[in-house]
Amino acid sequence: MTGLVGTRALVRLALRRDRILLPVWIVVFVGMAASSAAAGLDLYPTVGSRVMAAGSFNSTQSLVALYGRIYDPTSLGGIAMIKMGGIGAIFVAVLAILIVVRHTRAEEEPGRLELVGATVVGRYASLTAALLIALCMNLALAVLTAFGLIAAGLPADGSFAFGLAWAGVGIAFAAIAGVTAQLTRSARAATGIATAILGFVYVLRAIGDTAGQTGPRWLTWLSPIGWGQQFRPYAGNRWWVLLITVGFTIVVAVGAYALLARRDLGAGLVQDRPGPATAASTLRSPLALAWRLQRGGLLGWAAAFALLGLVFGNIASSVGDFVSTPQVRDFITKLGGEKVLVDAYIRVCLSVIGLAASAYGVQAAMRLRSEETGFRTEPILATATGRIRWACSYVSVAIIGTTMLVVVAGAGAGLAHGAQVHDMGDGFAVLGGALAQVPAACVLAGIVVAAFGLAPRLVAAGWVALVGFVLLGELGPLFGFDQWVMDVSPFTHVPKIPGTELTVTPLVTLTAVAALLITVGLVGFRRRDIG
Amino acid sequence: MRKMEAAIEVAGLQKSFGRTRALDGLDLSVATGEVHGFLGPNGAGKTTTIRILLGLLRADSGIARLLGGDPWRDIAELHRRLAYVQGDVALWPTLTGGEVIDLLGRLRGGFDPERRATLLERFDLDPTKKGRAYSKGNRQKVALIAALASDVELLILDEPTEGLDPLMGAVFRECIEEEREQGRTVLLASHILAEVEALCDRVTIIRAGRSVESGSLADLRHLTRTSISAELVSPASGLAELPGVHDLQVDGNRVHCQVETDELDEVLRHLSSAGVRSLVSQPPTLEELFLRHYEDDVAGDGTGTGTGSASAAGSVSP
Repeated sequence: MTGLVGTRALVRLALRRDRILLPVWIVVFVGMAASSAAAGLDLYPTVGSRVMAAGSFNSTQSLVALYGRIYDPTSLGGIAMIKMGGIGAIFVAVLAILIVVRHTRAEEEPGRLELVGATVVGRYASLTAALLIALCMNLALAVLTAFGLIAAGLPADGSFAFGLAWAGVGIAFAAIAGVTAQLTRSARAATGIATAILGFVYVLRAIGDTAGQTGPRWLTWLSPIGWGQQFRPYAGNRWWVLLITVGFTIVVAVGAYALLARRDLGAGLVQDRPGPATAASTLRSPLALAWRLQRGGLLGWAAAFALLGLVFGNIASSVGDFVSTPQVRDFITKLGGEKVLVDAYIRVCLSVIGLAASAYGVQAAMRLRSEETGFRTEPILATATGRIRWACSYVSVAIIGTTMLVVVAGAGAGLAHGAQVHDMGDGFAVLGGALAQVPAACVLAGIVVAAFGLAPRLVAAGWVALVGFVLLGELGPLFGFDQWVMDVSPFTHVPKIPGTELTVTPLVTLTAVAALLITVGLVGFRRRDIG
Repeated sequence: MRKMEAAIEVAGLQKSFGRTRALDGLDLSVATGEVHGFLGPNGAGKTTTIRILLGLLRADSGIARLLGGDPWRDIAELHRRLAYVQGDVALWPTLTGGEVIDLLGRLRGGFDPERRATLLERFDLDPTKKGRAYSKGNRQKVALIAALASDVELLILDEPTEGLDPLMGAVFRECIEEEREQGRTVLLASHILAEVEALCDRVTIIRAGRSVESGSLADLRHLTRTSISAELVSPASGLAELPGVHDLQVDGNRVHCQVETDELDEVLRHLSSAGVRSLVSQPPTLEELFLRHYEDDVAGDGTGTGTGSASAAGSVSP
């Protein structure tokens, strides 16, 4: 197999590059899983409490759509790990996609692979190395997650099933990314297509899980995420489902090799079409350039956000449906009626939207750095364009894009919810609640800009901060962190609307913090060396 | 007024990156209207100097003046009057070459569309291809056309022909000749000595962040040696005692040596007194001078290798 010569060297090179990234991710995943299990132990100590919680969970369409179904209401693992089995699996899949694209197309795009390829490295070595790393990482993740769950107090067999269910999703998406990396010339597009497939199969699973007896339940079985859940950890542990994942992965991986065999180094299967020979008359400023470079991506994000908003809003009014027992209904009425539940649900959805929009802001602001390290800043700065004007262009796209995504998702949710309850006033309240997320989301972009100006090598601090804030929001209440710890996250300060009175002060403060961070970054950038 | 000033005036420029000293008191003077060659081995500090002149880096100390202004402070005003081509051109993957040319031209404050069309044709570039589809040479062409199509006083070119084929290298030379005729100033950092010899009025050679030679080509040739191979009627004697003769090899009636340009006359007289049957002489090349600096580098600073590093280190005032 001369095509595989050099695989070992490439694996070592990749492991060297990822020596921090991989262990950190694995620790984060294992920590998330174990803390979920520990928290479940506290929340549902008795079988009775589990059966009740699982019952209401399974009868709530929105929760089933978001996370999946609980298959054994009596088991602790079933209810404790339901969120991790659904949402956690998405993160595992994203990590697998990033790793495979990072070591295949992302190496090929700037010609680095050519450098390596000219030495004794076979045609299939880089794809093989990337898939091997993804495989080993997921297996390590499976074993360590299982240990973490056992340590937290869950049964061993179910814990191994859970770890393998996660790994199965990761391995399947590693293979899918192996295919998309062959299709296009750009790593960004390869990641985008693979992520879109991930979104698609997640929706397939959601439709399948929420379908009635006569509905298309089989759709779940078309989704790698669905396979992970049909493994049914802590609820029978159906090991044979693993065979489907393995079979799928092999077929897809063979496809990736077949595509690789048919294309040239650097080329994609999708050929570039020629573009305009002259620039549009509007392309005459750094802002126009920043917009031109990012508009396609932003439109994709906007479409996804609109869909997300519509789905969230559509489900909102049915949140109260699960309140089946008279005691619970009585309890909720005392709290303020079903509207309280609906508002609380909407707030959760809006905070998810806010976090997702800030992820856009972070990656858009990081464009500043990738333009600089890609040597595409110099030609612009060598023209009459000043540094601040250039940087402000990318900052503007990040801030306006973040705002636009929140508005789109909020409008979608508001429209869908307003139509359900026949009251557009409620719809506008949802949009208003969405807008309240904007300043907090912009703080994240601000963190990136500040790092870009002061310590450009640390722009990834934006991602670290975002993950930190998400974990703080999820785990803080479970572990009963002090308020000052919670206050570190900008999302703690977002006014709780709809449902309570709007307080303006935190919005003003958050906006000021974001503005300050951006200003500090711009001042630092004006003073430092480029490159 | 402005015409009288030097286009670029750099003195005692210092710049360090962490512990590495990139520039160590560099001097560079480019007169308005001249094509100036900027030579030096890899890592000598050419690009660092250019990046300071463009205000992308801030010098630690020393003087840098560009078109009569401060390159760090007066960026917008100065950059309207210059165009820059970087050594390894990176393009935006989704923008076509034509779009990049237009964008850069507009950001610089306007360009001549007719000249753009002529240049596209001369450089044989397809402007409809996306940035990621261009080869290295074609990316270089995009940046060159964008620079040459704009109406500026100063062109700063950092190894602009790397990746161009010889045919396109010739087109580039024609273009620079035209720029010179129009009175534009060109700073040409290059490795390709034939190109520098063909184009440049004056050159500056730098090594390890310091200028080691500066002057017109004629001045620099003065420092170089002519290679002489002769077949004589009778064995020549006393050649070794003549000043300015190096690397002498005598094989019967055959003589081979390197002669310093100043002493050429005396050596030829000596040879003809012995009777010349055949004579081959090779003119001094910039390459030879350049290589001597490279060799010094290898041999270690200042110790010399007996090839006359003392004369090489002495700078020539134009």
